[in-house]
Amino acid sequence: MSGELSGQVAIVTGGASGIGAASAALLAGQGARVIVADLQDARDGAGRFVSHDVASEESWKSLLADVLESEGRLDIVVNNAGISGGVGNAETTTVENWQHVQAINSEGVFLGCKYAIQGMKQTGPDKPASKGSIVNISSIAGLIGSAGPTAYTASKGAVRLLSKSVALYCAEQKYNIRCNSVHPGGVDTPIFNPLWQAMGHEQGKAFLGSRHPIGRMAEPVDLGEVVLWLASDRSNFVTGAEIVADGGLTSGLMKR
Amino acid sequence: MPRLENKVVLLSGGASGIGAETARLIAREGGKAVVADRDEAKGRALAAELGDAALFVTLDVTQEAGWQSAVAASVERFGGLHGLLNAAGVGVRNSIEDCTLAEYRRVNDINSLGTFLGCKTAIPALKQSGGGSIVNISSVLGLRGASYAMAYCASKGAVRTLTKNVALHCAQMKYNIRCNSVHPGYIDTPMIAPRLGQTVGNRSGRQDLEELHPLGRLGRPEEVANMILFLLSDESTFSTGSEFVCDGGLTA
Repeated sequence: MSGELSGQVAIVTGGASGIGAASAALLAGQGARVIVADLQDARDGAGRFVSHDVASEESWKSLLADVLESEGRLDIVVNNAGISGGVGNAETTTVENWQHVQAINSEGVFLGCKYAIQGMKQTGPDKPASKGSIVNISSIAGLIGSAGPTAYTASKGAVRLLSKSVALYCAEQKYNIRCNSVHPGGVDTPIFNPLWQAMGHEQGKAFLGSRHPIGRMAEPVDLGEVVLWLASDRSNFVTGAEIVADGGLTSGLMKR
Repeated sequence: MPRLENKVVLLSGGASGIGAETARLIAREGGKAVVADRDEAKGRALAAELGDAALFVTLDVTQEAGWQSAVAASVERFGGLHGLLNAAGVGVRNSIEDCTLAEYRRVNDINSLGTFLGCKTAIPALKQSGGGSIVNISSVLGLRGASYAMAYCASKGAVRTLTKNVALHCAQMKYNIRCNSVHPGYIDTPMIAPRLGQTVGNRSGRQDLEELHPLGRLGRPEEVANMILFLLSDESTFSTGSEFVCDGGLTA
């Protein structure tokens, strides 16, 4: 397929659903060969499905080996896989819950960046120098304290700063690998399944939507477009940045 | 009137650096300092220096049971708990390429899980005592990235947002407990001591770090302790969920 990303290879973790699935579809739409890496089966998705656990270093090693062997290169990694980890607050969150959420949301992104760089540094006949774009999905919970459970909030704060460190390191090494964090507000994805079950999907969406200045929740494609832009050469001067796509939620106060 | 009269404050990492200077200041301002640290020798020496105003407890901040004993000991000795300083932390230099998963987890466990456990364990005791103030030490590297401190940046970013989450939870529950983060620049403490003697280009490690700060020098522990004192005291009762920067202009 031809397109802006023609010839490029992308890994999207958590690519089976939500922001990941929308990103995979948009990247593929621009001609990228997309590896949908997820625990959840996604054989009908926009790319080639590979079963993958972001919290496992072994899983990252085999995923990278697979991609380099079958595709010969790596250009884009979208570290999107994440969990909310339930509803624990500062008093009720257990150490087990904390560790579980950090393992996926924080360690998973750390490993994702580490192996992304390893893959993006590989050069070949059609990719003479290291080059690439890493997109880490944080959250407005990485910016404000009210947007999620305690362990989730901490994990997204970690992703926010980790992304900057990675960006600066790659710049320092002259790798031509960019790294940015994306901070969505409420997006209609399975992460809200417990709320949909409690309130009903439409009522739940309306309720959360009313809290966004723009008056609605995001659809996954709204975030997929941000991911596509960060993945592509259109954002070539953007690195270490926090891209907020939250319908105005963290912008400030409105008349009430 | 002393600024912390009869206030009891538990300090993780209280035996050295910012924690120790804060403990001294607390004692000077009429409060009680519970010095919690893994370093027993230093901790006991500081408690002895401060006399009746201090108590030493051993604490590994990654262990919930240890936190529970530390909080219980504070209440038993001094009759309540009004403040918590999460100052324990490790400063580690590593990059995204050379950091191992085990090292990433170790740094985050001490700096971020340790701070969470401090908050979680202290909240009931603070509540019981009519409210209080939690101060979490993040860093300028919780505000800005550093290419050479990947795991540390992640852990301090976690502390930054965790602090806001704790602040809002306590506000919503009407506990009268505030929670703020402090973001020091490079402070002349044991944490950065190994770097000061190194050579960076044609300068010493100390000069190299000094030049990062527009004020042209390293911070002194007591300068951060003064900010913490303000946050622990009733002078700051409308501040919660906020980021207090003490960095000689580094992030400006």
